[in-house]
Amino acid sequence: MTSSQLAMAQLNTGERALALLGGEATDANLRRYLHGIPGIDAVGLEQRAADLGTRSVKTSSKKWALDKIISLIDLTTLEGADTPGKVRSLVGKALTPDPGDPACPRVAAVCVYGDLVPIAVQALGSSHAAGTATGINVAAVATAFPSGRASLAVKLADVGDAVTAGADEIDMVIDRGAFLSGRFGQVYDEIVAVKEACKRADGSYAHLKVILETGELNTYDNVRRASWLAILAGGDFIKTSTGKMAPAATLPVTLSMLEVVRDWKRLTGARVGVKPAGGIRTSKDAIKYIVTVAETVGEEWLTPSLFRFGASSLLNDVLMQRQKMTTGHYSGPDYVTID
Amino acid sequence: MTRLAVPKTYKLYIGGKFPRSESGRVYEIRSHGGDFLANAAQASRKDARDAVVAARSALGSWAGATAYNRGQVLYRIAELLEGRRVQFIDEIVQTEGVTTAAASAQVDEAIDRWVWYAGWADKYVQVAGNANPVSGPYFNISVPEPTGVVAIIAPQSGGSLLGLVSAVAPALVAGNTVVVVANETMPLSAVSLGEVLATSDVPGGVVNILTGSPAEMAPWLASHADVNAIDLVGAGDLDWVHLQIDAAETLTRVLQPENGPDAASPSLARIVAFTETKTIWHTKGLI
Repeated sequence: MTSSQLAMAQLNTGERALALLGGEATDANLRRYLHGIPGIDAVGLEQRAADLGTRSVKTSSKKWALDKIISLIDLTTLEGADTPGKVRSLVGKALTPDPGDPACPRVAAVCVYGDLVPIAVQALGSSHAAGTATGINVAAVATAFPSGRASLAVKLADVGDAVTAGADEIDMVIDRGAFLSGRFGQVYDEIVAVKEACKRADGSYAHLKVILETGELNTYDNVRRASWLAILAGGDFIKTSTGKMAPAATLPVTLSMLEVVRDWKRLTGARVGVKPAGGIRTSKDAIKYIVTVAETVGEEWLTPSLFRFGASSLLNDVLMQRQKMTTGHYSGPDYVTID
Repeated sequence: MTRLAVPKTYKLYIGGKFPRSESGRVYEIRSHGGDFLANAAQASRKDARDAVVAARSALGSWAGATAYNRGQVLYRIAELLEGRRVQFIDEIVQTEGVTTAAASAQVDEAIDRWVWYAGWADKYVQVAGNANPVSGPYFNISVPEPTGVVAIIAPQSGGSLLGLVSAVAPALVAGNTVVVVANETMPLSAVSLGEVLATSDVPGGVVNILTGSPAEMAPWLASHADVNAIDLVGAGDLDWVHLQIDAAETLTRVLQPENGPDAASPSLARIVAFTETKTIWHTKGLI
């Protein structure tokens, strides 16, 4: 750690933002700071992402990558038609992804709507992480997910409910309307308020993932600014998308967010997580993300506390690939569970 | 002035598209006399895997189509074959070295066979199904249903078009989707048949045609867990006992190799071979 990093590390989130912005987190200060960030070379970014996607990962490396992908998945169900039964079967799958292979790792977390958190916690039982390093986390989407169109009071109540019910992680959405119209201060204040609402009775905090919904931010520059904003405000994770609109996670967008995380580490020494979500359906795609993470921020990020996949159908494809590597012949959908 | 000929590259037919092999490989197709005719894509195991995925995703709509509709679609193929008979005759003469009359006779027979199988689409259930006798006031009915994705090793000798049609058509009748490995040395009429299928009413993915080495692809298709049946009609020269053992691992139905000019001759048995019988109970009435 350099001396400037050391100085940064001793500050809390608010003080750090104050020091970087050179003043309070007002619209004007944030605009000056965020618009002062160098722009993105979009062609270069896409080329770099395409280049990272061409790496050939085979045999033992592939086997390692597949197991790693499973352990990084936030197994997700976010449908209006979700039922307690569906959440229980999702938890069953999270605990035992491949019943035919006890060596198959567990996923990192299950991600559900806030009202279904008690069901997920109950279904996990003693396997619920609940603040420990082992076990499976329960993530809840909150703050009027997916649109984020509700008053701050409603959003905070939404978060508070989920945290009280036992959620270990909160996936919040930012107010894209406010961000796009330049009201950065409002977005900042909301994230700070939500972070405070993540506080549990015992004083610890639920992990906060900030969803940028990059598909609505239009440009890579906006994605970069939103990433900085979310990190400045104290987000533990930045997440690409809700999965409710296209385009969801893409490799270039995730790469640009990883670059912000890398720069933040250089600046402050602190580590922020990244979660691409939506649209990652095949092992092949997921391996491209693994390569991108390793090449951009380093392999130390390939741990559930710093990198996640938000996915539902991805797991089945990874399991089929895994079975192919174990048995030597191609597997089929009949050999994995139906979602 | 002499004109430079433009030889055609024969590509695969997977999911309604004509991709090259993912391996990038091609192999030379030579005429009966040994002259260069064309390059054909040499499919790899990954092309076979992609073809199975395409066949699986096409299964729902093809098996779900009404029997009458399937019959119409299959008949339409015969109509289109008729329209392109000159091309098929030309390719058969070049690759097999037979007379034009013999090639013409083969194309005729292939067309007739499509028509014959097309007719069975809305009739085979009446023959293969049954109303079972029961000792109560209800019906007990057995109906054949398509088994799913069928992999076929097309006949590697005899007429190149007729052999392929004889193996593919019966599997389609019941509503199965097909991944077929064509005649290795004479695949031109198989790829041209793919072009006919692409412009007919057959949905993409219902028939997938691979050219290349059956010895290379057959083990992967036989052991593939998402293949429901494998027709080894043209696998007589391969180690087909091991193919059967591989297929058994994932409960894949197997049809054994056939040799000689009567290989895959038209029969109701070839249709029924790719069906599973469902037996259901139904009340007689609520009077």
